[in-house]
Amino acid sequence: MTKKIKKELLEGSKAVAEIVKKIKPDVISAYPITPQTHIVEDLAQMKADGEAEFEYLRAESEFAAASIVLGASAVGSRAYSATSSQGLLLMSEVIHNIAGMRLPVVITCANRAISAPISIWCDHSDVMNIRDAGFIQFFASNLQEAVNQHLLAFKIAEKMNIPAMVNIDGFILTHSYEPVHVPNKTIVNKFVSKRKLEKGDYLDPKNPLTFGAFFPPDYYMETREKLHKDLNSCLKEIKKENKLLNKLLGFGNDNGLIEYIGNKSAKTVLVALGSVNGTIEDTISKDKSVALLKVKTYRPFPKEEIRKALKNAKQIAVIEKSISFGSGGPLYLDINETLKNQNKVIKNYIVGLGGRDVSKEMIRKIIKNINIKNSKDVSFFG
Amino acid sequence: MNKKNNFISPGHNACAGCGQLSAVQSVMRALDKDTIIANATGCLEVTTTAYPQSAWGLPWIHSVFGNASSVASGIKAALDKKGDKKTKVIVFGGDGGTYDIGFGQISGMWERGENILYVCYDTEAYSNTGIQASGATPYGASTTTSPSGKESIGSTQRKKDLLQIANAHGLKYAAQSTTAFPDDITKKVKKALQTPGPSYVQILTPCIPGWKIKTNEAVMFAKLAVQTALYPLLEYENGKLTGSSVSKNFTKKPVEDYLLKQGRFKHLKKPDLKDIQEMANVNIEKYILN
Repeated sequence: MTKKIKKELLEGSKAVAEIVKKIKPDVISAYPITPQTHIVEDLAQMKADGEAEFEYLRAESEFAAASIVLGASAVGSRAYSATSSQGLLLMSEVIHNIAGMRLPVVITCANRAISAPISIWCDHSDVMNIRDAGFIQFFASNLQEAVNQHLLAFKIAEKMNIPAMVNIDGFILTHSYEPVHVPNKTIVNKFVSKRKLEKGDYLDPKNPLTFGAFFPPDYYMETREKLHKDLNSCLKEIKKENKLLNKLLGFGNDNGLIEYIGNKSAKTVLVALGSVNGTIEDTISKDKSVALLKVKTYRPFPKEEIRKALKNAKQIAVIEKSISFGSGGPLYLDINETLKNQNKVIKNYIVGLGGRDVSKEMIRKIIKNINIKNSKDVSFFG
Repeated sequence: MNKKNNFISPGHNACAGCGQLSAVQSVMRALDKDTIIANATGCLEVTTTAYPQSAWGLPWIHSVFGNASSVASGIKAALDKKGDKKTKVIVFGGDGGTYDIGFGQISGMWERGENILYVCYDTEAYSNTGIQASGATPYGASTTTSPSGKESIGSTQRKKDLLQIANAHGLKYAAQSTTAFPDDITKKVKKALQTPGPSYVQILTPCIPGWKIKTNEAVMFAKLAVQTALYPLLEYENGKLTGSSVSKNFTKKPVEDYLLKQGRFKHLKKPDLKDIQEMANVNIEKYILN
């Protein structure tokens, strides 16, 4: 018997702000950029109304905002920020530094195209710029996933001392309303309790440590290898914690990494990140020959789970909203590497750049295209 | 001189005779153990933290070049949230981190009004990367990116007035000193820490390779900078000049005493020296304390 889940009709940004408030960060700092603004405005209002106790710092740039949450995290506090597009690019020097210093900061990225030409609308070019920084990268397909992934982000980040980013499609998710369940305080506290600190994890006058030291060649490489290994070991932690989260919430049966939707023996599988998954799911709902693989955790990349999920697939269409100019889409490159030597047709469809609408018609065209022999490996659809 | 502490150990990798590390010792004498330091990238960071060693006896963090002030703001906010009123937060930056790449962040920190002390160690160039010109490089100095030559006297920029910029942000305490006056540094840092809100202390710290001087000359030049009034000892409280080495009976030394023995200025000709003497004269008028 499934219990009745209480859902509210919320704007995406509001749902994110609500769950962040309940997770009780100590310090929040942000700089305004469309379409992230509603999240940080909502959080500022919650503080102004006395509903939240976090320190809210106005930053003079995203570079400063990222640095402020870095500093707060370094003294053992729970720290949060949100940004988009150019803002994430301006943060990027610090983003790499946060990960290298193993600080469990959580940042929401309201995904937006990057300039030039300037566009305020959604694609994933922003986050792909910091793909290799060492952050855990979650991608939400809908508001419920966004809420759940924020819970996971704080939990895993603080457990593993690795920062996490939750990607939610700008406007498509941040500014749209959906019925969503935001768990109550008891469940949130049970899942994400206070940040547990061990001696040596934080700056403390009682235990004076040096953070951010200069590493000569004899030592540098090991720290990078350790980050790689630890990030990979988040895969099993995400599975474990997501199982617990689903149990606490009373719904959901995914593993937090990927979700396969449709006929298990479908010959054609479409693979995507973010809200376009909703459009794909709707398009293929009555078609037994096509299935969908949602990638929810993009870094670390769940290779083993993807290999298993795509075991029966003969043709794979990777549909994505970013491009590594001169090569292919980042997800396509990862999927190709994951399925190398498996004799599968893998094609890349770049869609929705700068907010171009991705219609069901377009998805149907992609399904047709993958059946055409000798169609291009990487093509722009839209 | 006050008692020594072990907040910075002598086992660092700075050049022999480094004017900055000497000033750091004087700053550390003003601190107690309940202090967290955020340090910008630069000589101070590189020479004190070559892993697995560290010269620091206080909690210390370095993130990137331009963000030490913002990191300090985050630390301060987190301490406030914890209800920790005891721990002091201090930023250390060089002149590149202060005048140039971290400038906007300092302004942001000062606007937020946080109780954080910023200390700038001013070597008047990017010492760590090989003596390139910074916003603090004085007129006439030859650096690797403002070299003197047939067509150039070196840097043609004037140093911007950071103390006045601090005052314009409403800082209750802003001061300037040099490596040659350790007790003055310690006293000013103590005073800054006792002043609520943000405060700023800037210290001229001669750089042996940057200024092309001998390893035993840092203190001498840091003293001559004051005696010529090119870099007077200054103190502002609530925006008003309350302390100055330029007293009524101040007898100035000619600027060539300071300039011509430094490799970075040795190319200067008589008219250039005259121009710089004029700058010192302006300083005397500006900073004379009645």
